[in-house]
Amino acid sequence: MILFDPEKCTGCGSCVDICPTDAIELINEKAVINEDECQLCGSCEAACETGAITIEPEEPEEKGDSDVDLSQYRGVWIIAEQRKGCMAPVVYQLMGKGHELADTLGVPLAVVVIGFDMRDQVESLAGYGADTVYYVNHPDCANFNDGLYTDILVDIINKYKPEIVLSGATAIGRSLIPGVATRLETGLTADCTQLEIDPEKNLLLQTRPAYGGHIMATIVCPNHRPQMATVRPNVMKKPQVNPDAQSEIVEIPFDPSAYSIRSKLVEHISESEGEEALLSDADIVVAGGRALKNSENFELVRTLAELLGGAVGASRPPVDSEWMPYRHQIGQTGKTVCPKLYIACGISGAVQHLVGMESSEVIVAINKDRSAPIFEVATYGIEGDIFEILPALIKRLKESR
Amino acid sequence: MNILVFIKQVPYAKEVRLDPKTHTLIRDGVESIINPYDMYAIEEGLRLKEFHGGKVTVMTMGPPQAEEALRDALSYGVDDAVLLSDRAFAGADTLATSYTLALGAKNLRDFDLILCGKQAVDGDTGQVGPGMAVRLDIPYVTYVRKIRSVDDGTMRVERIMDDGYEVIDVPLPALLTVVKEINEPRVPSLKNKMRAKKQSIAVWGAADIGATTARLGLAGSATQVTDVFKPERKSNLEWLEGSVAEQVDALVDRLQKLKVG
Ligand SMILES: Cc1cc2nc3c(=O)[nH]c(=O)nc-3n(C[C@H](O)[C@H](O)[C@H](O)COP(=O)(O)OP(=O)(O)OC[C@H]3O[C@@H](n4cnc5c(N)ncnc54)[C@H](O)[C@@H]3O)c2cc1C
Ligand SMILES: Cc1cc2nc3c(=O)[nH]c(=O)nc-3n(C[C@H](O)[C@H](O)[C@H](O)COP(=O)(O)OP(=O)(O)OC[C@H]3O[C@@H](n4cnc5c(N)ncnc54)[C@H](O)[C@@H]3O)c2cc1C
Ligand code: SF4
Ligand code: SF4
Repeated sequence: MILFDPEKCTGCGSCVDICPTDAIELINEKAVINEDECQLCGSCEAACETGAITIEPEEPEEKGDSDVDLSQYRGVWIIAEQRKGCMAPVVYQLMGKGHELADTLGVPLAVVVIGFDMRDQVESLAGYGADTVYYVNHPDCANFNDGLYTDILVDIINKYKPEIVLSGATAIGRSLIPGVATRLETGLTADCTQLEIDPEKNLLLQTRPAYGGHIMATIVCPNHRPQMATVRPNVMKKPQVNPDAQSEIVEIPFDPSAYSIRSKLVEHISESEGEEALLSDADIVVAGGRALKNSENFELVRTLAELLGGAVGASRPPVDSEWMPYRHQIGQTGKTVCPKLYIACGISGAVQHLVGMESSEVIVAINKDRSAPIFEVATYGIEGDIFEILPALIKRLKESR
Repeated sequence: MNILVFIKQVPYAKEVRLDPKTHTLIRDGVESIINPYDMYAIEEGLRLKEFHGGKVTVMTMGPPQAEEALRDALSYGVDDAVLLSDRAFAGADTLATSYTLALGAKNLRDFDLILCGKQAVDGDTGQVGPGMAVRLDIPYVTYVRKIRSVDDGTMRVERIMDDGYEVIDVPLPALLTVVKEINEPRVPSLKNKMRAKKQSIAVWGAADIGATTARLGLAGSATQVTDVFKPERKSNLEWLEGSVAEQVDALVDRLQKLKVG
């Protein structure tokens, strides 16, 4: 039920702007909410600074499965993702954040690794801050399988009861973790870019972009445990390694007969052994936009990237027009990158692009339109024509070698 | 093969732009559309039906006006449509949404395959498909870009991974979430458009699907949105001005300070 207090409403219109279904209008400088259109998404309640809007469950007393004893749950966990026995980079990025959260709460940090023959990597997790590693080591677990991994994770989480469980918002994480959360009947926040502990309630504050990056939403999971989140790769920083740190390694026995496997992996085909595998981890990215006009002109971007020793990225139009393969796309529906240097050539800076690159350390924007939104996130701005700037820049760099 | 396709109605601002003078957001009319990814799920359902026979049903959970999305789906050639609608469903997070949708599927009973979009463009979580499969206790594959074959109750599919793709055999009944690479949706035919206008659409409420009220909508949701804000952008922009040569010099100078170039 959505409740509105006209006394508190100042007519600022914030709720009108944020409502995704256009359910709110300003009439005589007061918000008027059309309850038939309202989906109870909570956006207006959160956007209203005067507290004029509140949303309450119809039967507030009746609470689903929330008779869980929250105090039984303790510790911060990271579900490690591995491919062919290799830890995904996002695991280390999550450990930095996980460590910080665990310290704030005064609880241990643990990592769960499901795989086969990964002892060295399991041991190395201590250096990144793991107090405990739960390690499921069996040939049947070598490859990712939604059903099997879900069953295993549900069993371990039910046994050890962590209060927070984090995983990468990768293709694997976004497939596996929703199944796990549903089996555990708990909340899951997707694709977070920020995690913090609320100092008063000790709740995990999970912030994520929604509506294609137009708004950010902070989400909590007050009455269910564990509090679960998938976290976007390359937004958290990998921590410094402490070579002397030690962790306890708990081997979890695996009995194949206890699990039934339904879907089977036939084969895995890698399509990104070369250049584009580097894109997510590159220190330097040179990206081109619609302004390049065709695939031949994209050579300017490629040459500049090569001269700087960087990777090539693109906004969506070059991908849609097939000047560049999809795996080079940066943004909401492409990759997220966080290089030391990002050079945007003829890219306007739509929110869907910005969410994929704005955490880069230094951003150079080259655009002939001084009012292009890309300049709002740029460190250095060049107002100019890419067909003049890029050739001149390439020439200069070649000369200076 | 009987196929159940889940579609979500999402808001679509025809145009969102910044008023250059007042710097407020101008939205020129918000309309409701079928979540774009669900269009590929509908198309794939129709193609499977054309090849293997059977029937395609679409289902959505939403307010009464979500019926529009279902009629829209019918106009592409879908056989049947069901609307899950009840005040008690409103305000659901993905946990409560997947509970409601799974009960809807159970109530329909007869399906060999469930298709969903890879994610909805508003909530953007991609969590509803996997959640629903777990509740129905059927296997699922996400990010499917191709159905290679259907043989003896097993489907062979290609699913996109971060570093390439996987080929997976999944026994039916199963749930797939699909990406846009899977097909090219058709345009509605006049005949189906006419039919879509007239066809009756079943509306199921909480009681019809045998739902426990406490697990629905806001009451059944584990997550709560506590704050919503516009993303902040840091601004420490330095313009590199002058002629092209001067701009390039200035940039090379900055790059050298960063120890690149
Ligand atoms: C659901 C959804 C998801 C999306 N996901 C993504 C995504 O993942 N990634 C993404 O990038 N986009 C995405 N988009 C698209 C996004 O909204 C923009 O349309 C897109 O980013 C624009 O690309 P652009 O900047 O290259 O092109 P434009 O917006 O057309 O900008 C071209 C820019 O080049 C400048 N220019 C033109 N000629 C020259 C020249 N000669 N010299 C210098 N400058 C010049 C122009 O001033 C302009 O600023 C998505 C959109 C939607 C709706
Ligand atoms: C700003 C904001 C942030 C949110 N963040 C979260 C969050 O982090 N975690 C969370 O649990 N909830 C979240 N929610 C709530 C969530 O958006 C709703 O639960 C919504 O009903 C389903 O989620 P989705 O839009 O992400 O769908 P997705 O899971 O992205 O949808 C995938 C597919 O499931 C099917 N589907 C989804 N919804 C329906 C439906 N109503 N009817 C039929 N088929 C459907 C479609 O095939 C669709 O393509 C958020 C809501 C808002 C407004
Ligand atoms: S945000 Fe709050 S104060 Fe502003 S118009 Fe809406 S209800 Fe009124
Ligand atoms: S709760 Fe969401 S849908 Fe309802 S009026 Fe507020 S913003 Fe609009």
